[in-house]
Amino acid sequence: MPTLTYRDALNEALLEEMQRDPDVFLMGEEVGEYDGAYKVSRGLLKQFGPKRVVDTPIAELGFAGIGVGAAMVGLRPVIEMMTWNFALLAIDQIVNSAAKMRYMSGGQIGCPIVFRGPGGSALQLGAQHSQAFESWYAHVPGLKVIAPATPADAKGLLKSAIRDDDPVVFIEGEMLYNLKGEVPEGEHLTPIGVADVKREGGDVTLVCHSKSVTIALKAADQLAEAGIQAEVVDLRTIRPLDTDTVLRSVGKTHRCVVVEEGWPFAGVGAQVVDVLQRDAFDELDAPVVRVTGADVPMPYNKALEKAAKADPAQVVAAAKRVLYLE
Amino acid sequence: MAGSATKPSKAKKAAPAASAEECHHWLRQMMLIRHFEEKAGEAYSLGKIGGFCHLYIGQEAVGVGCIASLRPDDYITCSYREHGHALARGMSARSVMAELFGKATGCSGGKGGSMHLFDAERGFLGGHGIVGGHIPLTAGTAFAAKYRGTDQVSACFFGEAAVNIGAFHEALNMASLWKLPAIFVCENNGYGMGTALARASAIMDISHRAYSYAMDTEAVDGQDVLAVKAAMDRAVARARTDSMPTLLEMRTYRYVGHSMSDAAHGTYRTKEEVETFRQRDPIKVLAEYMKAGGMIDNAGIAAMDEEVVAEVADALQFAEESPDPPPEALTRDVYAEPR
Repeated sequence: MPTLTYRDALNEALLEEMQRDPDVFLMGEEVGEYDGAYKVSRGLLKQFGPKRVVDTPIAELGFAGIGVGAAMVGLRPVIEMMTWNFALLAIDQIVNSAAKMRYMSGGQIGCPIVFRGPGGSALQLGAQHSQAFESWYAHVPGLKVIAPATPADAKGLLKSAIRDDDPVVFIEGEMLYNLKGEVPEGEHLTPIGVADVKREGGDVTLVCHSKSVTIALKAADQLAEAGIQAEVVDLRTIRPLDTDTVLRSVGKTHRCVVVEEGWPFAGVGAQVVDVLQRDAFDELDAPVVRVTGADVPMPYNKALEKAAKADPAQVVAAAKRVLYLE
Repeated sequence: MAGSATKPSKAKKAAPAASAEECHHWLRQMMLIRHFEEKAGEAYSLGKIGGFCHLYIGQEAVGVGCIASLRPDDYITCSYREHGHALARGMSARSVMAELFGKATGCSGGKGGSMHLFDAERGFLGGHGIVGGHIPLTAGTAFAAKYRGTDQVSACFFGEAAVNIGAFHEALNMASLWKLPAIFVCENNGYGMGTALARASAIMDISHRAYSYAMDTEAVDGQDVLAVKAAMDRAVARARTDSMPTLLEMRTYRYVGHSMSDAAHGTYRTKEEVETFRQRDPIKVLAEYMKAGGMIDNAGIAAMDEEVVAEVADALQFAEESPDPPPEALTRDVYAEPR
């Protein structure tokens, strides 16, 4: 299998889907002549021309709405948000237009659109550029929410998202773009709504997604050194949530830690805990513990920023807590 | 007095002649909308219609005149004051009234309501409830038509309050920048809910907003269906032939409150003002034009009135007798059926 970066895996997905279906186009800020703010769209303008790789003014609400309108009449837009922080300006179109169209039209008008771009924090970008919004969009019926952690999943899920007939919020990990990994050759489609066990283990389940998968895997390595076998369940899709895979794992380990980059209040982990307390109550040998970003706007100062982010040490501590080892 | 809701505006351009057949059609459509809306208002008061209900009474010439210029395969996107546009597009009074009643036979299966009327077959892409939020959607359908190389045009209807919203500016900028075949029809009825234009906009000529985007524009007497149709014809030609967008400012007036919970007058406008505007009623303007041209007489108008009364009565009965959506409709249409 070839090794690709997460960035190039996304690029391949776009390239292949645009080759496959002339109704797919890419629109957003700096996607064309600049080759993408994060170079995810590198080379696509040259390949497909300005009709299908459309540079926009800085007008997230406007071009998100243009994408929705185009999707309503059957095109398959991929709308790049330079980052999900800027998509807050477009949230009216994502929530009030895209997510509701099929329902409020009584099933007449679909909206096959992908909104994609980087989310989460990078390094010292400060409060307005360091936010994980998965749980915001996952709250909304009508949307699907995907947050891949590996190059293979990034490619396979973006391809599935583009072919999906519903609006998809596709949140890439800003810190994952340089992550390398093996990506299957040929037609590689990853199903939406299916979690993936990234590491098997019988002692404790670590539920995670996107960048927190990297954190959980590091924590699992450290736990293994202490003789604790952690199972790492990568949700991959936040909505629809693959509760079966989570329940199966917890049914085996009886202990669970949920790790996410976002804030704790009403976060993705809160939803996972809700499922576990209802459907795995008798399986649990300890209360579920969550590891999240700190409940504060992201500070700029390097040390404070580090303290605000979930890290492997916190996950290790949480795992030991649910194992009553600390 | 551009756009200020103190005096009715006068026709800016001599209206071109229209055929008797066209005029009959438009008069009947306007009378149907007027009567439909009056009865919808009554049904609302009786609790048959829930939620918000925004009536189109007074503005009929805009929807009728504009939609008359469009082809069946063109796209239309509207604000939430869209009962009239749906009827003008040829959606049946039955399907629209049933939707207002929330019934399974409604044009959106009873799941949209007054603000979300849809008819995919007629390119009627909603009824949208967020002021100005649908304006970019029209740029999007126009983008799609250009992308596919069709000559379909896209028309958007919105009130003058929407021109102060970012979505309006972003959509118009990109529509002009990318030469999209879109027509932005601003129905300037003088008030955004209870806020007069002069209290909301730094400029009173809405049409001038287009200058910021190097876009063609016209201000039109929205009470004269012939003037509306003529202006829309020019905009449609520009879109269809040259793939260029237009902003049309239709100067009109709503006789009724913003929604059913708002009195026609008394707080933000006077009874006298409403009465003054009613003098240039769009139905009366066309009827007088037709009578002067020998196209219709009082008996003809009375007969037409009887027809629309019967059509609306039938729609009310249909809506009343139609079933509610089945319980399982609750969870249907959230997502596409798996392929």
